[in-house]
Amino acid sequence: MGLIDFLKSIEPDKKKSPLLHTAYDAFFTFAYAPDTVTKGGSHIKDGMDLKRLMVVVVISMQLCYLFGTYNIGHQHFVAAGQYLGFIEGFHLKLAHGLIKMLPIYIVSMVVGLGIEFYFAAKKGHAVEEGYLVTGALIPLIMPPDIPLWILTFSIIFAVIIGKEAFGGTGMNIWNIALLSRVFVFFAYPLTIAGDQCWISGFHKISGGAGADYGWFHTGFFNTIFEWMGLDTFNTATKVVDGFSGATPLALAYAGGWEKVTSVFSEGQMIWGAIPGSIGETSKVFIIIGALILLLTRVASWRIMAGMLIGLIGTTWILNALGSTPFMTVTWTQHLMMGSFLFAMAFMATDPVTASTTNRGKWIYGIFIGCIGIIIRVMNPAYPEGWMLAILFANTFAPTIDYFVIESNIKKRLSRA
Amino acid sequence: MNKRTITLSLTFLAQILSAEPSTASSGSGILLYSVVAVCAVLVVWAMLSLAGNLLKIEASKYGMDPEKNGIGIFPGVKDFFKPAKPGYINDGSFHLLTKGHDIKLAGEASGDIKPAHVTRFGINPKDFHGMSPIPKVILETGAEVKAGDILFYDKKRPEIMYAAPVSGEVVEIRRGEKRSIDEIVILADKTIKYKKFKIIDINKADRNEIVTFMLETGLWTLINERPFDVVPDIDSVPVNIFVSTFDTAPLAIDYNKVISGNEAVFQAGLDVLSKLTKRKVHFALASTGTTAPSSAFTNAMGAEKHWFKGPHPAGNVGIHIHHIAPIKGQDKVWTLGVQEVVTIGKMILTGEYHADRVVALTGSQLNNAGYVRTYQGAGLGDLLKNNLIGENNRVVSGDVLSGTKSSLDGFLGFRDDQVTVLKEGNEYELLGWLLPLTPRPSISGTIPSYGSDTKFEANTNTHGEKRAFVVSGQYESVLPMDIYPQHLMKAIITNNIEKMEALGLAELTEEDVALCEFVCTSKNPVQSILRQGLDSLKEQL
Repeated sequence: MGLIDFLKSIEPDKKKSPLLHTAYDAFFTFAYAPDTVTKGGSHIKDGMDLKRLMVVVVISMQLCYLFGTYNIGHQHFVAAGQYLGFIEGFHLKLAHGLIKMLPIYIVSMVVGLGIEFYFAAKKGHAVEEGYLVTGALIPLIMPPDIPLWILTFSIIFAVIIGKEAFGGTGMNIWNIALLSRVFVFFAYPLTIAGDQCWISGFHKISGGAGADYGWFHTGFFNTIFEWMGLDTFNTATKVVDGFSGATPLALAYAGGWEKVTSVFSEGQMIWGAIPGSIGETSKVFIIIGALILLLTRVASWRIMAGMLIGLIGTTWILNALGSTPFMTVTWTQHLMMGSFLFAMAFMATDPVTASTTNRGKWIYGIFIGCIGIIIRVMNPAYPEGWMLAILFANTFAPTIDYFVIESNIKKRLSRA
Repeated sequence: MNKRTITLSLTFLAQILSAEPSTASSGSGILLYSVVAVCAVLVVWAMLSLAGNLLKIEASKYGMDPEKNGIGIFPGVKDFFKPAKPGYINDGSFHLLTKGHDIKLAGEASGDIKPAHVTRFGINPKDFHGMSPIPKVILETGAEVKAGDILFYDKKRPEIMYAAPVSGEVVEIRRGEKRSIDEIVILADKTIKYKKFKIIDINKADRNEIVTFMLETGLWTLINERPFDVVPDIDSVPVNIFVSTFDTAPLAIDYNKVISGNEAVFQAGLDVLSKLTKRKVHFALASTGTTAPSSAFTNAMGAEKHWFKGPHPAGNVGIHIHHIAPIKGQDKVWTLGVQEVVTIGKMILTGEYHADRVVALTGSQLNNAGYVRTYQGAGLGDLLKNNLIGENNRVVSGDVLSGTKSSLDGFLGFRDDQVTVLKEGNEYELLGWLLPLTPRPSISGTIPSYGSDTKFEANTNTHGEKRAFVVSGQYESVLPMDIYPQHLMKAIITNNIEKMEALGLAELTEEDVALCEFVCTSKNPVQSILRQGLDSLKEQL
């Protein structure tokens, strides 16, 4: 009996248990591409489908996942003043990273897909693959110390209000992943504001605060590491005096590029060994992901180019004004800090919420670039603008398309 | 741009520059240099455009038209993007299309045209859009017919009569759902007998006489009217008539083969058409190859020539109309294929209805792909006898993108001159979406291209399930028209008639968007959505 016969034999009844059948169908179509044939119209079809599209996006962010996980551990030990070299204490950093990262990932997938399966069963159609990408993006844009219950609420809000209420995949107006992030940002401002959330594994980020290790640190991993004769997690670990946990952007807001470079080197920022949201720190790996998306033509190069143009143009204007230290930061320096590249590669290019016309994509990209950098530089409360800029542009994307299409319609009418 | 704007912008830049030195940091350095660079470019540009204008004034003093002769210092934008125009084009306009995609499939027809041994022929009233389900069939089963005898007519338009392509005996009237007529089957004579019509002199006859002649002889039904792809009403006068002399669809027929030996009749057919239109007969030729198309096409008289180069759908007549003279308002245009024009020409010269067709038998599931000569509505079972590989096949009358699904029991479509046989893809594929183990055609960058010369043995698997619209810009990349197909589809799905008309629905038919359906990541039935839109638009008129 082949695998396919076995899978077929355990298929649940569609009428008796629709939810089970939906879940079964989702997994079965992953295992086997279905045997459906064309009915008329085009008799052959392109080998591309939505599953493949989504998986390419997920693959392109895998390096960010690897680096992000390790960087959680690295930042933890930097705050404690131990293992300051990037690969020193490799096993401890990786273990700490996994302890933080895995629960976030699992919660993201279980909660999001659970809702998705429920609604698919309710509506009686197959599970759409959109959440694969959303669910993979959400952990990357969360701070490493996010409480899991807040994460759960944010995902429920984003998927139900942001997506299912509008009719599911392909119908939503706002980027789901960013919607969950903006929910955390506005609903739990104390958790995510300031410099407290970017370093994980301490009770508090201030000099002398103790490490917050749980059973996985002291029980599970320490046992293994002891057995292997390696260094173990030390419960006496404390945040070193004078450590603030500030991100480059917070520093730049306070004192411009000089203050940033007094704490972080350019190399650290480019490679990503800096505090920040989990997946957005490493510029190199994000660029590799962006290149994968561009070479496979999955993401729109027009949006990415538009955002870069918007960033550079607006930065030039701000440089010319130059009235605060942050305004004198050049566009190349802006690229090294914060999450511009991550937003450009993975967030703004979401085809559902972006403009859908080619001309509209340019306008949409430039719009995000301008607004994002203005929020980053001018807004005192929160020195990062891409989340809000993209959600703002999402809101306007249909309007941009409307005008592009209206001009096409006018052109056609003028022929008559 | 005039001098005033240049002066203003220079003053503005000078002001910025003079304000700049107070904040001289490393960041503003780049700004300073870039502003200087922009200024320099502007100054040089101003000087050059002044010189260019002087040159134009000088040229017009000598009685030359500066626009026409391309006088001036700046090269025109067009000079930078000079289309790769082949050397054999002497007259007519040239259109270079970049959007689209050529699907390379295995099983291309080649070689000489062979006679086909077909005994059964069938005409399907459903091949004509808008035909009522039960047309009036004049002849009963068992009746003898000659080629050109009337078989049936639509009760809504009794003047338009549909002729028998061959002589023989009406052996069967196949009925489908609700007694609608599927096929009228004729068992053909060994040698075809033709009904003799009285020939009219094209040069002397007026338009009404020609129309009456075409209605009587069944030639009228060979005409296709756009929008909607229908047989035209008898009082319809087309603004333009379009004839495409090449087909770019996968494995499509090569009309240069069809036309050799038929040069005179083809010209006679074109002469008839030029009497029927308000303006012109437009004639689209392929300029994709290294050699010129057949001289029957290049030397054709009385038609305006247009050369097209580009991937599929560059050969579609809808694309030609869009680039030559787009349909405006309530205008109607007619389109005809090469073989239909030949049939019209033969009738004019001989008074007989010669519905013979060269048909390309193509596809990876054939032992011998090649050309055969037969008649309209040839039985597919006879055409493909002893030529099929395996049993699990899809028989398509037409090309793989917009042809009709048929079977060995079926017949060649009324306007089709190609049969494609593909393997059915009714098999599960382990992780098929992730690891495409067998090569498959695709425009996606995520699927390996296997080299540009690979001929795919594509099957009919959908390669995925239907989903909501997610990807954007995909349809646009394969439709060389100034149209937003995805927005059009959404307008049709939401039944917004005003919007679908405004977005250019009338310019499209199924074959134009067939490639959009092929590439669709969400596997939407684009062609049937489009037809749904055309139907509801037609109801409004």
